[in-house]
Amino acid sequence: MPVNAVGREIPREIDGRKLIPFGGAYARGPEGKLHAPKIPPLIKPGESKVLPSLDDAIEKAGIADGMTLSFHHHFRDGDMLVNMVLERLAKKGIKDLKMAHIALFPVHEPLVKYIADGTITSTEGSLNGPTGRAISMGKMKGLATLRSHGGRVRAVKAGEIEIDVNFIAAPTADTYGNCNGFWGKSPCGPLSYAMIDAEHADKVIAVTDNLVPYPALPFSIPQTHVDYVTTVEKIGIPEKIVSGTTQITRSPARLKIARLAIQLIKDAGYIKDGMSFQAGAGGVSLAATKFLGDMMRKEGVKGSFAMGGTTRYVTDLLKEGLIKTIFDAQLFDLYALESLRNNPDHVEVSSEMYADIHTKGAIVNRVDVSFLGATEIDIDFNVNVNTHSDGWLLHGTGGHQDVAAGSDFTMILAPSFRGRIPVITDRVTTVTTPGESIDAIVTERGIAINPRREDILDRLHGSPLPIMPIESLLKKVQKITGAPEKPEFEDRIVAVIEYRDGTVIDVLRQKKMR
Amino acid sequence: MKDRLRRSRLFLPGNNPKILQDGGVFEADSVILDLEDAVSIDSKDEARILVKWALRDVDFRNSEVLIRVNSPETEFFEADMGVISDRVDGIVLPKAESKEDVKNVASVLDEIETEKGIGREIIIIPTIESALGVLNAYDIARLPRVAALAFGAEDFTKDIGAERTPEGTELWYARSAIVTAAKAAGVQALDTVYPSVHDDEGLRRETETARRMGFDGKSAIHPNQIGIIHDVFTPSREEIKKALAVMQAIKEAEEKKSGVIALNGRMIDRPVVERAKKVIRLAEAAGIDTEHLPEE
Repeated sequence: MPVNAVGREIPREIDGRKLIPFGGAYARGPEGKLHAPKIPPLIKPGESKVLPSLDDAIEKAGIADGMTLSFHHHFRDGDMLVNMVLERLAKKGIKDLKMAHIALFPVHEPLVKYIADGTITSTEGSLNGPTGRAISMGKMKGLATLRSHGGRVRAVKAGEIEIDVNFIAAPTADTYGNCNGFWGKSPCGPLSYAMIDAEHADKVIAVTDNLVPYPALPFSIPQTHVDYVTTVEKIGIPEKIVSGTTQITRSPARLKIARLAIQLIKDAGYIKDGMSFQAGAGGVSLAATKFLGDMMRKEGVKGSFAMGGTTRYVTDLLKEGLIKTIFDAQLFDLYALESLRNNPDHVEVSSEMYADIHTKGAIVNRVDVSFLGATEIDIDFNVNVNTHSDGWLLHGTGGHQDVAAGSDFTMILAPSFRGRIPVITDRVTTVTTPGESIDAIVTERGIAINPRREDILDRLHGSPLPIMPIESLLKKVQKITGAPEKPEFEDRIVAVIEYRDGTVIDVLRQKKMR
Repeated sequence: MKDRLRRSRLFLPGNNPKILQDGGVFEADSVILDLEDAVSIDSKDEARILVKWALRDVDFRNSEVLIRVNSPETEFFEADMGVISDRVDGIVLPKAESKEDVKNVASVLDEIETEKGIGREIIIIPTIESALGVLNAYDIARLPRVAALAFGAEDFTKDIGAERTPEGTELWYARSAIVTAAKAAGVQALDTVYPSVHDDEGLRRETETARRMGFDGKSAIHPNQIGIIHDVFTPSREEIKKALAVMQAIKEAEEKKSGVIALNGRMIDRPVVERAKKVIRLAEAAGIDTEHLPEE
């Protein structure tokens, strides 16, 4: 079996699908032409796109066995549409569907039974929680393909995901199909991840709980992409878009990690006018964002832009004038929605512009420093965010690979162990992001800098920070936790972890049950 | 080391392994592995066992390692002293009221040091937390092994029958008396804990007051308090510049072999020199490069 650039064995093909082993972050260039959907049918003046119900829309779209369906994930754990549609399709006895959602969450647990009964036989999106667990257990007939946010855009553009029907949970839609996530009773903010699907799908259905007269502004998704509009009672619960937490952590160890990270970027010379950054959600990231603001204020520095996932702490920086712009592909709390609605410097961007490697320059390429997380990190700096160290598939890739590859200085902020399980290990269970894209690991017990970054190590010469080789950090942690046993797997491959360029960085096998 | 910096002393409950294992992470000047008030009576045994293992296995990095034992009047004292190993820098003695209290502990330490072959002096930090303790503070502070006097406000308030207020006016006399006694004896004075862990502003205010009163440090009951305490004990740029000027004057006087140190035409006496040295130490502890102080 061929071994890829991060030392993982990748089969040449699975179920007739050829796999290209990962060769390096920028080893594979684009080929060929963009995929295009069918030319849409004629819509004559006076024709209505509004259908009376979701059932009518499903009927009209002609969903049949074997089709590929897509959904955006802007409501995260508050999404209601995916379950609504799949329940109807299962009732109709439709089988062998390919789910090309962006991401599923615990709320989508009902899909586990559709995976088990063959309604869904393969997936092309992130799996957070119960659906991931089901796939780890080998319940799905076909393969799960995990891609980064940018990687998924690339796959749609390359025709590797051919979407038959795209459902858009639209917080606001007008009668001619213009949609946005800004307004209505269930706002979710940007519709960034729906944009590429709407462009490339053969049929696009906007499902809204706020149908307004023509025209709806802004049109994040324009009428030119939308076939039908229909209404339901409610599309999602905005309060549940919150990713993890809206509160800064009070955990002293995690606060310490955030403080060390900010001191690190200061000592490495990144706190300067025009700086840009990306930080995610979660207690440590929120703390890092807040401390970054404190540092910028103290040093009298004005930044350029922040790329979101947007939290209240990022919007506070914009409000204060510490940054000029927020590029927003996703809201992580509702406080940020007010800013997106009212502040002209807070703008919605497509996931393509955010993260796609095969575009003419994504925003991630312009990010100076990024703060990312990990479930595991190994001594080659490879990062795992997909599986836990016990081998369960439990998380999507998100923008991890994209931001890591794009930003100039990528930090992983993680506690050195969770519970009794070390986060730093000799070899990660699965590789999500290659070590070549990771520049620093910040834990409460020390900081490891990737030896490839000689420039950073030079700049940090004389810094009082606890910088040490990653092997020493591993030793320190294992002294406390010991080295845990590795999970055991069956032979069958249940998921392919793609790199953002379409090559395969790792595969995940079915978990051996004891 | 008796006169090391003790800006912050972090209490770690002796029966909490999760907190003990992170003890070295938070960069407190001292950590106190607590066998006393943080540990309920029926957990004393397990706390002793855990602290013993923590002393062996946890890397407390640069923090001074102190053990708060139960009072010698309790049945726990003797067993508590049994955890002492060569990893222990000092004992925090609760409810110290007289010099005899401290002398007794010192004689137990004499024995332990000989028996366990500990080749250096284990220090004692008596905690003054009663009216009698305040009145005897100077006698206590003068004893050998004593490196600092600490103040314990909660028990003190109960002892004098006062009401604990947010402003802390009921503590003024005791705090001043402890600082005065400690300084007269040439040891450090360490302020009581700030009990509201979520009130960062309150902690900052109370620490600022302590610093102005002459305290050398403040105790912390939560790791998140350490950053604020260190921040308050970090000298300002002006203070550092002044201290550097004093140090320069000393250097010049030494070069000229002059017995008189003068700065801007004024003679500098010993307390000013000591003060300047301390400011430099505090600045360096806060990571400020005093040799290359950046321009404003």
